[in-house]
Amino acid sequence: MRKSRQLKNPEQEVRIFRGRALLAACLVVALTAALMGRLVYLQVVQHEVYITRSEKNRVRIEPLPPTRGLIYDRNGVLLAENRPTYNLTLVRERVEDLDATLALLVELLELPDAEAEAFRERSRQRQRPYQPALLMSDLSEAQIARLAVNRHRLPGVEVEAQLLRYYPDAEIMAHALGYVGRINAEELENLDAGNYAGTHFIGKTGVERQYEEALHGQAGLRQVETNARGRVLRELGRSDPVPGRDLTLTLDKELQTLAYELLDGRRGSIVAIEPASGEILAMVSAPGFDSNQFVTGIDVTSYRALQNDIDLPLFNRAIRGQYPPGSTIKPFLALAGLAEGVITPDTVVRDPGYYQLPNDSRRYRNWLRWGHGRVDLERSLAVSNNTYYYTLAHELGIDRIHERMTRFGFGQRVGADVFGESPALLPSREWKRGRFNQPWYPGETLSVGIGQGYWMVTPLQLAAATATLANRGTTVTPHLARAVGEEPLNLPPDQSPIVLDNDQWWDRVYAGMEEVLTGHEGTARRTGAGLEYRMGGKSGTAQVFSLGQDQRYNAAELAERLRDHALFMAFAPLEDPQIAVSVIVENAGGGSTHAAHLARAMTDAWLLEEEAPEVEELRERIDNDDATVTGN
Amino acid sequence: MTRLEQLAPWRTRPVRPPESGISRRRSLWSRLHLDPWLLALLLILMGGGLLVLYSASGQRLPVVQAQATRFAVALAVMVMLARLSPATLMRWSPLAYGGGLAMLVAVEIMGDVGMGAQRWLVIPGVMRFQPSEMMKLAMPMMIAAYLCRRPLPPSWRDLLICGLLLGLPVLLIARQPDLGTSLLVACAGLFVVLLAGLSWRFILAMGALAAAALPLLWMNMHNYQRQRVLTFLNPESDPLGSGWNIIQSTTAIGSGGLTGKGWLEGTQSQLEFLPERHTDFIVAVLGEEFGLVGMVTILLLYLLIIGRGLWLANTAQDSFGRLLAGSIILTFFIYLFVNVGMVSGILPVVGVPLPLVSYGGTSSVTLMAGFGILMAIQAHRRLLPR
Repeated sequence: MRKSRQLKNPEQEVRIFRGRALLAACLVVALTAALMGRLVYLQVVQHEVYITRSEKNRVRIEPLPPTRGLIYDRNGVLLAENRPTYNLTLVRERVEDLDATLALLVELLELPDAEAEAFRERSRQRQRPYQPALLMSDLSEAQIARLAVNRHRLPGVEVEAQLLRYYPDAEIMAHALGYVGRINAEELENLDAGNYAGTHFIGKTGVERQYEEALHGQAGLRQVETNARGRVLRELGRSDPVPGRDLTLTLDKELQTLAYELLDGRRGSIVAIEPASGEILAMVSAPGFDSNQFVTGIDVTSYRALQNDIDLPLFNRAIRGQYPPGSTIKPFLALAGLAEGVITPDTVVRDPGYYQLPNDSRRYRNWLRWGHGRVDLERSLAVSNNTYYYTLAHELGIDRIHERMTRFGFGQRVGADVFGESPALLPSREWKRGRFNQPWYPGETLSVGIGQGYWMVTPLQLAAATATLANRGTTVTPHLARAVGEEPLNLPPDQSPIVLDNDQWWDRVYAGMEEVLTGHEGTARRTGAGLEYRMGGKSGTAQVFSLGQDQRYNAAELAERLRDHALFMAFAPLEDPQIAVSVIVENAGGGSTHAAHLARAMTDAWLLEEEAPEVEELRERIDNDDATVTGN
Repeated sequence: MTRLEQLAPWRTRPVRPPESGISRRRSLWSRLHLDPWLLALLLILMGGGLLVLYSASGQRLPVVQAQATRFAVALAVMVMLARLSPATLMRWSPLAYGGGLAMLVAVEIMGDVGMGAQRWLVIPGVMRFQPSEMMKLAMPMMIAAYLCRRPLPPSWRDLLICGLLLGLPVLLIARQPDLGTSLLVACAGLFVVLLAGLSWRFILAMGALAAAALPLLWMNMHNYQRQRVLTFLNPESDPLGSGWNIIQSTTAIGSGGLTGKGWLEGTQSQLEFLPERHTDFIVAVLGEEFGLVGMVTILLLYLLIIGRGLWLANTAQDSFGRLLAGSIILTFFIYLFVNVGMVSGILPVVGVPLPLVSYGGTSSVTLMAGFGILMAIQAHRRLLPR
């Protein structure tokens, strides 16, 4: 055997080879059959699974965000627009040398070198390397141009257009309009995810929030075919988005601007309403802030600065500021007294300078120590006599006061579409029991009678009540929108107007209010000088710092922030009221001067053809008058 | 017939056959030393391959042109090699093998690193060259040349020598690292030994030993190689990383269905979901666009080529030719099986192209050189007395 293996045996070799080759051939066929079996499994048995998977692979549904509706003032002046901005994005996968690209970007955009590190951070935001990461938003024209020229050196770097909300008069309009901001996680939970799939911004406050649904519109969809890198290759189908509806507001941009300038950076608020319609012509809270900062996302330092600002610029005083109304509510109380029959227009009260409840030694003081003597309805308003209203309030009682004042809108939200409005507070017996678990004391009714004590109003409430007064009792619902798209805002007419037994009593109250401005004793007679139309108003002072029983008030001695708030409410012209205004200037001292001047400037601007008085000139007058504070 | 012709028939000129129509036609092919059946099948495969490549390359004509040029070069190489006599091949075998081994060592020392692996030998300004490709042919030649002088089946001593001849280059190539090529080179050598009559007991013993060596192999693998094996076992474990290829290729094939989505209509391939779609994964494009029908057709075409190749090997006149031809054609099948197996997800991802369809010059030239040798072997047998 061993020997035979030493020799070559061609016959045997051929035999062995044939055997092996045959076996190999069988194996080849068997293995090929196995491959075919696998293919049958994939392509026939599992075909459905894979065809679904391949469809899912390539077809993607992309949301098409609608364009946000624009906001105009009553004259068609644009208040909120959509500005195209350009963002810098980077697709990491397509960048060959990230370091070099980032360095070049920093150089081209003329940014500090440290920015490169921030860019690097942001380029890692996206998990998948083919998704664009946002490096920088709001590129300038020059930056876009430089990027365009150097495009060939920057593969994977894109400049993307995006519409961004922009408020041309941000500071003046900030509180009335509100603003949009990036949707946060909390909002995302409560949103219609489909409709907001492509939207990044949502109304946060103000009109932008109130009319979010109309302004936003309906998102569209498109089916696109993409490649493995997520790049869209073609569109397979689409349903177009329905753009948001444009909003026409009742605000008048010029009047709003004037109001803001009149406040001159002082803390305060001015609200103007057209009495017949309830349209809010101006609604200003000062100081304002640049709402554009909030659109792209405000940085922490700036936000903290705004939050910690002692003047609270983010606080919307017009609808959330709660102030004691002071004497501005005297006309309403007079009307309540007339309606309830507690007084007649000819009732006369003797004022010794104070009022005393029966069986009580405490003296409730008139602001004029020696008293006004004989005071009738008109005079009570003109000189803002307290004793008259102590008497009236005491006789009315808190329950009737609460009922009557509620009908003017106090203690409740009055706006139809004003987001975030505060109801403020109109005290009542029930309220006090609920709040303090105490009975109502008669002395507290007296405080309410001169607009102090627990009573709090917002500037909007005061303006709305003034408008109702100017309407002879037809209550108004203040609103900010005039039309949503082409559709005018329809408010239901007033179902329960305030009706007096004698319609002329309105005129008696108006007469008293006119005397405030034109009477020789009127608290705002300086303001009323040279009026070209008939105007009624009422001054008010809200105490910030309460005085002791026998202390005298000396504005100069008090620190500025402890000084009284100045209030004024007014409407004009008397025979056909076109505008009702409420003005509150915080810590301005006596209301008969500062606030009244501002109110007059507003009515002048609205009613007179000629240009509004120079704001500068007015400020001088205010400064002069502030030096000699009289009355309240 | 002269004595010389009897002893060494390939050293003489072919004898002109008698002047008859049939023999003249036959004589054309025999003068060219080509097998018309095999050539026809190869040309059909290449033609079909170019068609698929056009689609797989994203309809880029330049790619197809480049591939066609390579096919032309490969055909020329085949025709040239077919002219060589088996004796010449045998004589050159040690030289080719030695040269190839020397170059592998050179690559090991100073090779060019491309795509994370050290495979290329660069002669500056002239060419980049993969010695491992050359080894695919030099290996079976060398072992066949060795064994054909020994009595068969091979003795234990012969097997040991063959093992050494086989092991050294395979290890060097595996170290580059190029698992696919080392596998093909190893197969090419093993097939020679198997066809030479390796005893079944030995095959079983080796199989057992290989199974025992698997953990050892695992420990010596590169991380990316291990990852491929793990991914093969469970592609979903890393769907965006190394599992991506398998998921996308099975999706492509599976979504093709019975008749496919149509030429140039495969979404997986045209939309670039399929990676390496015009090289190693080209068969997925075929499967997606031509469906099961296309896949079975091409597999049958390959089977015909292999069948014809085995037949030619079988008719070879001496052991060297038989063993070499058998090894070449069986290695060709290994290409096919490993590639289709990996793309359809029954084998781990190993860098083996689909023969004569995948884009790539070197492998086409090597394959056609192999077929050239196959034809040289069959062409020269006719000159022997029946």
